[in-house]
Amino acid sequence: MIKLENISFDHCIKCTVCTMYCPVAQATHLFPGPKQSGPDAERLRIKNPELVDSSLKYCTNCKRCEIACPSNVKIAEIIQKAKWNYVKIHWFRPRDFFMSRTDLVGSITTIVSTITNFVVNLKITRAFMHIFLKIPFTRQFPPYAKGTFKKLYEKKISKTQRPFEKRVAFFHGCYINYNNHSLGQDLIRVMNAMGYGVDIVKEKCCGVPLIANGYIEKAKKNAKFNIAHLSKTETPIVSTSSSCSYALLHEYKEFLEMDNSGYISRLDYITKFIYDEFSRGNIPKMKPLGIRAAYHSPCHLERMGGVMYTLGVLKKIPGLELVILNSECCGIAGTYGFKNENYEISQAIGSALFKLIDNANPEFVITDCETCTMQIEMNTKYKVLHPVTLIAMALKE
Amino acid sequence: MNRMETDVIVIGGGATGAGTIRDLALRGVKTILIEKNDIASGATGRNHGLLHSGARYAVKDPESAQECIRENQILRKIAWHCIEDTGGLFVTLPEDDPAYHSLLLDGCKHAGIPAKEISIKKALQLEPNLNPHILSAITVPDGTIDPFRLTSANMLDAIERGAKVLTHTKVVSVIKKGTEIIGVLCRNIHGEEIEIYAKMVVNAAGVWGQEICNLAGIDLPMFPSKGSMLIIDYRINGVVINRCRPPADGDIIVPGDTVSLIGTTSKEIPYDKIDEYTIDDDEIDVLLSDGEKMIPNVRFTRALRAYCGVRPLVAVSGEKQGRNISRGIVLIDHKERDGIDGLVTISGGKLMTYRLMAEKTADLVCSKIGVKAKCKTDKIPLPGSEHKFTSRRTMKKFSGIPDSVVGSTFYRHGQRLRNILTTDKKNYRLICECEMVTEGEIEYAIKKLNVHDLVDLRRRTRIGMGPCQGELCAYRGSGLFHEYGGASPEGSVELLNDFLEERWKGIKPVLWGDGLRESEFTYWIYEGLFGMSNLKNNKKGLKQ
Repeated sequence: MIKLENISFDHCIKCTVCTMYCPVAQATHLFPGPKQSGPDAERLRIKNPELVDSSLKYCTNCKRCEIACPSNVKIAEIIQKAKWNYVKIHWFRPRDFFMSRTDLVGSITTIVSTITNFVVNLKITRAFMHIFLKIPFTRQFPPYAKGTFKKLYEKKISKTQRPFEKRVAFFHGCYINYNNHSLGQDLIRVMNAMGYGVDIVKEKCCGVPLIANGYIEKAKKNAKFNIAHLSKTETPIVSTSSSCSYALLHEYKEFLEMDNSGYISRLDYITKFIYDEFSRGNIPKMKPLGIRAAYHSPCHLERMGGVMYTLGVLKKIPGLELVILNSECCGIAGTYGFKNENYEISQAIGSALFKLIDNANPEFVITDCETCTMQIEMNTKYKVLHPVTLIAMALKE
Repeated sequence: MNRMETDVIVIGGGATGAGTIRDLALRGVKTILIEKNDIASGATGRNHGLLHSGARYAVKDPESAQECIRENQILRKIAWHCIEDTGGLFVTLPEDDPAYHSLLLDGCKHAGIPAKEISIKKALQLEPNLNPHILSAITVPDGTIDPFRLTSANMLDAIERGAKVLTHTKVVSVIKKGTEIIGVLCRNIHGEEIEIYAKMVVNAAGVWGQEICNLAGIDLPMFPSKGSMLIIDYRINGVVINRCRPPADGDIIVPGDTVSLIGTTSKEIPYDKIDEYTIDDDEIDVLLSDGEKMIPNVRFTRALRAYCGVRPLVAVSGEKQGRNISRGIVLIDHKERDGIDGLVTISGGKLMTYRLMAEKTADLVCSKIGVKAKCKTDKIPLPGSEHKFTSRRTMKKFSGIPDSVVGSTFYRHGQRLRNILTTDKKNYRLICECEMVTEGEIEYAIKKLNVHDLVDLRRRTRIGMGPCQGELCAYRGSGLFHEYGGASPEGSVELLNDFLEERWKGIKPVLWGDGLRESEFTYWIYEGLFGMSNLKNNKKGLKQ
């Protein structure tokens, strides 16, 4: 018997709304849905841990079930915990190990990024990866950048930030650090235009891929590191990744059960920060863009209640014709869609969204999340931009 | 009129009756069992399902304690699929008399119950949800036993060995020849009358045994003592928790299958109220407040339902208090007591000693009808418990079916799982999502386990016993009665309605919090969406 502390499953009234909203349950019969995998099965698992179902692995942790639940049951949290409390990992899984060690892989590959990007996209490499690492042959990888954003900041950007009196700390996350420097540079341009100088603090991967792959202890280590360094700051903190923000704001406390009170009131996902500044009248000068773009809301941003801020900010950009897409999961769910066993499900979940995008016929797609970006760029013909990039595009030089 | 003949008639489909026909069947005696309702619908199915170690009786009733520990060891062997070896703890709370602790240890030693004092730290390791302020703890070999499964398995074995079981059939009179009872007249659910003749009649009707005796012109006053219990939504404890004090109200929490039960109260009731099963508010209060003292989580957890049973205690020498009457076995040969031949009454005792009661009854019956065979029920395992193997290995055999389904079916039916599960998708699709009851399990129960309605089905499978109390499974289940049980569409609606009413009866006493929200939602589905009461009226209209 385990000590029972989180008993939110007891509030479930079996209305099954969560299962109706679950993108995975709609895409495959292999997943019985959040109600059955979460609150229903939790009673069985408390009775006998052997009754754990292997179908738990199909949960993408998109958290749409928690948004849908009228009884405030932490369904996704129950499922994540069940996955790693009851399913013991006995063997070393190289793919999951490397996929979740974004810092380790990123810091090596960015040194030899040109070669990495070339080799990774060779058919022979992909065939090898498909067979031995169980990474789908047709899955596109995000290209690695030359060097890290951190180095770039230290060498070139930091001195330009000194004149600003108002400061924000920037949690750039792995995607900007290893893959997409230009989004980081866009953020700095936007912040500067609004009168803020940008600092970066010591950080490690937020832990989302570690949690998703079951490396809970390692995730806790990273969280401890990040909590310590973020708590030292005194300025507002922003992040351009919706999933990093979700982890820093919620998962650390609720899932990893760690104390993040040292910074939590100062940290915002970037559009919330910009929205607040805009509301105070701090709007930089922008030129009309003359762009038609479709906006996709990432699941974790929805869970945080952050979509309204992103939309509020986007609506302030002159000359941006915005098509707001129906809320659909893109299906990639971080590292989930990078695995052979999930690939078809991942694509099936996303298909509704891809159709919506095609029907909207935009010039660009806008979304807040880096893995949604990868999924949409792979499955549609459109370039995907971050809201911050759009503001940067509209800024007058 | 139908006429049947057999060697022995057993009246009462509780554990004792079922155990008796099994015992007799193993000795080669032909039997017919008559039950007015369904199996285990009386006191058998209305207790806390504790596999007694005997420690609860060790101080006051050493004889019962010894019976318990002996039967405990036998049942673990012959009925392992009805039993869970949870272990038990006796804990002393700060407000309890610490002297009882050593009294209990002495009593257990005397009765041969392996009880051991353990440190509080160790007790909290065993049961992390226990109140950390306890003063002392004793471990005993308590466990849990599922009365429905146990009764059903006994009957299944008896039937497979040639016995007949007539449920939903009521004895209306006894057939006498002079001072000898030679049979009974009964009426079944369709109103048909059946005459059954036999050499002996066994009255195992529990608290209703008084009425059977009345039919035979015998006065046998029963002392109805009501015990109420509360079911908690999930297992708040993994080990049976007893309070280390003289037995009183609200002093035990038993983890039973997916739920936990808080027991029990003891209240004397007049004989004419034995079929009412009402639970009073003060009983609920005492169970909740005392339960919380042992497992603090009781306070935060949903109470699913409350129910009560009536103990069939025979007031042999005019005792006044329910708890003071021995729970000992009472076997009466009415030829000796009342000069009436052909009838024996078995009463008193408890679920725990059903097998021993059956053995004693069968011994007496056999001596009267001249059968020499000896009792074998302590050696031959029940159907489902034939060979011992772990659920892990079972699960591997049914790859493709979710472990939770295989594990739950195995837990309920033991090795008879082979007769239930197939890898056909239709077979293992879920009907009851709280308790993992599949279509295959329901088909098996309807066809093999003497099931007439959804309430009967619940006793064989746990359908509707989870947190939703039938919200999502009731209509699916009633549909399956049409498919497998030959019920008409209108008949299925009737079954559905009766089932929901039965569930509702137990929910009403604990209607607050999440349970209230749940039943509001259920009401909305069945009344608001399905128009349940209209369906019923229409059906009546059709009949007219």
